[in-house]
Amino acid sequence: MTVAPSISAVVAVVSRNDLNAILLLLGVWAALGFAGLARPRSVGYVARLLFPIGAVTCLGIALLAGIFLASGQGAQSLILPIGLPDLPFHLRLDPLSGFFLLLLGLAGAGISTFAAGYFRSGEGTAPGLLGLQYHVFLASMGVVILANDAYLFMVAWETMALSSYFLVTSQHRIPEIRRAGFLYLLMAHLGAVCILFSFGTMSAGNWQLTFDAMRGNTLSPGWATVAFVFALLGFGAKAGLVPMHVWLPEAHPAAPSPVSAMMSGLMLKTAIYAMLRVSFDLLHARSWQWGVVVLVLGLFSALFGAVFAAVQTDMKRLLAYSSIENIGLIFAGIGLALLFEASNLRLFAALALTAALIHALNHSFFKSLLFLATGSVLHATKQRSLGKLGGLIRSMPWVAALALVGTLAIAGLPPLNGFVSEWLLLQSFLFTPQIPHAFINMLIPLGAAALALTVALAAYVMVKFYGVIFLGQPREPLLTHAHDANWLERIGLMWLAAGCVTIGVLPQFALRAAGDVTGMLLGQSIAPVTSLWSIAPIAPQQASYSGLIFLAGIVAVIAVTFVVVRLLAHGRVRRTAAWDCGYPWQTSRMQDTAEGFGQPIRHMFGTFFRMERALPSPTDAEPRYRIQIEDRVWRALYLPVARSLQWLADEVSVVQSGRLAVYLLFSFLTLLALLVFVL
Amino acid sequence: MHDADLIAQLLRLLAAGLLLISFAMLSRRRTQRLITLYAWQGAILFLSTCLVAYGEGLRELYYSAALTLILKVILLPWILHRLIHRLGAQWDSEPLVNIPATMLVGLVLVIFAFGLAQPISMLATTITRHTIGIALAVILLSFMMMITRRKAMTQVIGFLAMENGLFFAATSTTYGMPMVIELGIALDMLVAVFILGIFFFQIREQFDSLDLHHLEKLRED
Repeated sequence: MTVAPSISAVVAVVSRNDLNAILLLLGVWAALGFAGLARPRSVGYVARLLFPIGAVTCLGIALLAGIFLASGQGAQSLILPIGLPDLPFHLRLDPLSGFFLLLLGLAGAGISTFAAGYFRSGEGTAPGLLGLQYHVFLASMGVVILANDAYLFMVAWETMALSSYFLVTSQHRIPEIRRAGFLYLLMAHLGAVCILFSFGTMSAGNWQLTFDAMRGNTLSPGWATVAFVFALLGFGAKAGLVPMHVWLPEAHPAAPSPVSAMMSGLMLKTAIYAMLRVSFDLLHARSWQWGVVVLVLGLFSALFGAVFAAVQTDMKRLLAYSSIENIGLIFAGIGLALLFEASNLRLFAALALTAALIHALNHSFFKSLLFLATGSVLHATKQRSLGKLGGLIRSMPWVAALALVGTLAIAGLPPLNGFVSEWLLLQSFLFTPQIPHAFINMLIPLGAAALALTVALAAYVMVKFYGVIFLGQPREPLLTHAHDANWLERIGLMWLAAGCVTIGVLPQFALRAAGDVTGMLLGQSIAPVTSLWSIAPIAPQQASYSGLIFLAGIVAVIAVTFVVVRLLAHGRVRRTAAWDCGYPWQTSRMQDTAEGFGQPIRHMFGTFFRMERALPSPTDAEPRYRIQIEDRVWRALYLPVARSLQWLADEVSVVQSGRLAVYLLFSFLTLLALLVFVL
Repeated sequence: MHDADLIAQLLRLLAAGLLLISFAMLSRRRTQRLITLYAWQGAILFLSTCLVAYGEGLRELYYSAALTLILKVILLPWILHRLIHRLGAQWDSEPLVNIPATMLVGLVLVIFAFGLAQPISMLATTITRHTIGIALAVILLSFMMMITRRKAMTQVIGFLAMENGLFFAATSTTYGMPMVIELGIALDMLVAVFILGIFFFQIREQFDSLDLHHLEKLRED
């Protein structure tokens, strides 16, 4: 009898506005996490019951965010009287947060579904505990996106960092994983300190921590730049912008695959969200130099990530570097938007920002898809090294087919989603009119060239990724017995693959959503979508793209080829070695390897790497070829800092004599000094 | 009111006694004597708190005085005595610096404390305000006693004596702290003594002595 009124109360709360409903769903996530503690050891309960409910909650959040965006309402805000006294939590739902909630919900649904099938017993942390960390992680990302004051934002941001740290170190008995987790935590804290400084600067000394107050503050250009630089450092560290990227290739491979997918697909996007929030919403005095800095950093990260991805031999590290590349592209879009906006070219700013937003959305789909696929491969083969995989397309057809969609999407091929955003980004580079800065005008074509190079390299990386894992012959005898993904995993992968195809074929909806955001941030969005058939960002006579026509063309070509081969030619299927060159004793070891495939890139971009090679001598009975490739940034930037810190600590340790009387004397003298000071 | 002048005089007398005991603590060698002195300090605190309570008619201070009596005069000295017997450490504890030098440094500290307390006692309105300097001096002297000693046991007594000084400072500036805080501190001290007692046994087990210079070995190179 008490159920009916409480349900009607819930309905009343939900129907009042979307923000309340979304908060309720975030609460469901938290509740699911704690529900997992009831039977923490039971995989059936936690994974097969709670995770699917979490996935449905994801869908609910995506739906609500979508409805909010489609309705075109203004911002909704809410003050929750919890937290510290006199510091209530402020929340706000506006098109920018709506867009990122949509992203969180859509990609999160796929990842949660996959995770439901992925977690097994006997792997590291108990499933119930993993479920708690997982759902707290999800909920904290939601709160980060909704927060409307710096206090709540930081609380959620740190919760996000901590819960993901525990997820990364779920197999904490392995020393490398502990080390990776520590590095991640360290970078997260450094970033958080920078973010704190940024908010402190933006509050302009009046100690108002709400974003509304910060929007009202008018900072001088100098202070605005200080706030912006701190924000760039802090959020760049989370997003993995070079040179703050060092944690990313360590932490992503260490985590279980659904967690890698969440971190790469979702968590990095919260940093993008926060960067947009700070630079376009909270700060008003923007200068074009910011745009140049972000653009250069973004393009360099993109190129750096692509080059490093090309030489990796661990499949998850490869994807981690590819994340750096994609984050670089998104930042390049943001930088271009800042540059255009400061030069009063609002339409082009909107185009660049749209490209960045859509790429963020796309990346959360295809990168999650690929990370999850590596999870399936990892479960089936227990191998992460590309040198020991191969030929899995026969034993794992489902994963292979779905990973192919993700691979093509991330390589930027039409009619998939990666093409749309990269095309938009290239458009915003190419259609740039004259900017009133001579040097920048010269920089833009260079940037376009770097972008094109990056995209081409990314395609190369993906050929390597897919070719070495799924094509060719199995490099280890064990691989022939690899089992395919289970049905929950397949549903998760299919959901994400469907997202890749849908955004690619019908980008109008994503453009519409991104248009709301650019409308809010810049007061301008790119040309309204007129037809279902094609999109034309600036003007139809300049450039337009139609996913449907592309899809139709591809389907037609495949169908015609199939029919021609089947009916007109022989029609038999033969399976035989493709190129044996008359050499009958071929083994699977003779295939091109991951190292071999990356060798040209390693050669061409040699200056990027720090390589250590051990070549076998010609007389070796058991020749071994060893190569170790390192990041130069690590030695150039981080090790000197660590060394000088160590030196400083050694110098300070002189005062550590070990004698209690001396320590007491220190405090005594301090006390006397303070008393004299007071006097 | 009662003879406020007489009460103020008595309070000053008690405060002087407190200071005297602090100096005695600085110069005593034997741990057992130190515990007795600590108990005397507690007794003086009890008397002075009672006097203030009587003179100002503050009931709360009676509770606080009772707490002092139970904890600082009876319970803690008793625990410490038992500890010493259990540890078999009734005997010596020599200061690091020779006694006359320590006394001279102590004198300087007292002068410093009085100089420091002058502006504060101008601000205070209590009848006990002239004793703030003594309270500060007791704190500083106890701290110095901790520095000059090297036995674990005397460190703890120095620590407890310092708390006595703080308590006295609180009574003389503001007629004592709120009851909650006083209770909290009392409980803290009790727990601290228990924990430190456990530490004594551990230290003795490890080094066969309670001398703190053995702890220098723990330093990492």
